[in-house]
Amino acid sequence: MANYSTNEFKGGLKIMLDGDPHSIVSNEFVKPGKGQAFTRTRVRNLKTGRVVERTFKSGESVESADVMDTSMQYLYSDGEYWHFMNPESFEQLAADKTAVGDAHLWLMDEAVCEVTLYNGQPLAVTPPNFVEMVIKETDPGLRGDTATGGTKPAYMESGAVVKVPLFIEEGEKIKIDTRSGEYVSRVK
Amino acid sequence: MEEQNILEVCTPVLSRHATTDPHVPSICTNDQRYLHTSPEFPMKRLLAAHAQDSQTQPDLYQIAPVFRAGESGRYHNPEFSLLEWYRVNMDHNALMTDTQSLLKHIWQAFDLHWPGVQVRRYGVEVFERLKCWPENASVSMIKTYFKDANKSFPTSIGNDLDAALDLFMDEFVINEFPSGTFVLLKDYPSSQAALSRLGVDEDGRSIAERFEVYFGAIELGNGFHELSDSRLQQQRFEDDLQKREQMGEPAMPMDTYLLEALAEGLPDCAGIAIGLNRLHMVIGNHDSIDQVISFTDQRA
Repeated sequence: MANYSTNEFKGGLKIMLDGDPHSIVSNEFVKPGKGQAFTRTRVRNLKTGRVVERTFKSGESVESADVMDTSMQYLYSDGEYWHFMNPESFEQLAADKTAVGDAHLWLMDEAVCEVTLYNGQPLAVTPPNFVEMVIKETDPGLRGDTATGGTKPAYMESGAVVKVPLFIEEGEKIKIDTRSGEYVSRVK
Repeated sequence: MEEQNILEVCTPVLSRHATTDPHVPSICTNDQRYLHTSPEFPMKRLLAAHAQDSQTQPDLYQIAPVFRAGESGRYHNPEFSLLEWYRVNMDHNALMTDTQSLLKHIWQAFDLHWPGVQVRRYGVEVFERLKCWPENASVSMIKTYFKDANKSFPTSIGNDLDAALDLFMDEFVINEFPSGTFVLLKDYPSSQAALSRLGVDEDGRSIAERFEVYFGAIELGNGFHELSDSRLQQQRFEDDLQKREQMGEPAMPMDTYLLEALAEGLPDCAGIAIGLNRLHMVIGNHDSIDQVISFTDQRA
């Protein structure tokens, strides 16, 4: 496994700390004029999502984490696992509930997701930034009311609940920003 | 500088010798020369030469680009500018007053509100927190202090008390300096004397006669009551080289010309180097060094 020296540290670098893969969020070079230099970092544990502060002596080297982000197509869920396919190699992988997390709300057939692999196994799944979904259930629309800015909950097949404007009807297709879970627009 | 009759000098950037300081990395050229990390050695040689040859002993100053390998960050660039000056017949305490009057002069020139200067003592700052003087502290004591404060302490520090003190000072003392004010931190532990004389503080404790200048938590400069004993200087170079070997750092050729000059006689003097780019940051209220450098290392 490769090692990184602290002078190669930058945001997004994946390293192993205490046996878990971490991603560097930010790093700062700290050095008194005459004295030991340090690198103070904030790192995110990729298994738990927790961000902690970690200080290194400059020049120290840290093991790299075998973590990579790949684009994979979502295929189906069997209730326990979510199955993804590498569109180039056709290799299939199953991600468990911990890896998928809240992303399952936005998984639609053939959606291309960012799957973070750790030692070849899915560690996290990031859905596309925007998805289009059909509304399964919502209160009847108020026709003509396009300006007042009121919202109502709309329920999706996936279980996601999105606040939509009052004029949106059941069965309509809408565009959603998965990062915030917010309604973007109607899809004609 | 002119008002104070301080003579401007210009010394070589490229040298056959380099600093031995284990924490100051020099850039080596492909013909075994080194870019200076500060103009200190040749400036001291000029002071010593003047002491031999002339009746009047001038004070000296220089503004020079200096180089430190691999130092990059919010407050660091591998190439930066130093303003360095030497005052004959001054010690570190007198030089602190001198530094303060220069800074005040600059603040007035820029029409800035003069925030005043606080003087702090290294040992006292440590004692107030650790209940122990720095020379009696241990790495494990400092490690516990970090743990209690829920702060990260690198295990790679091992048994290096000075490295542990460096991190302790940064985390718990310097980061707490009042923002927008100058702080002069003085009387360093003897183990961190660098090129300063050893002496005693006002309570009779052994200390190194040096100080650092801070604006808030930003370090601006380093001042010394300069070591003038050639044999002691050589001993420190050798200790540095030994420490470099332990740390796996390359050996550096010690400046034998400086040792010869000290043997001839360096007048009693104090000297200081101020990082000009950081001073510009503070004056212009910028929060990173790339805002005051035309093209930083990544783009130079």
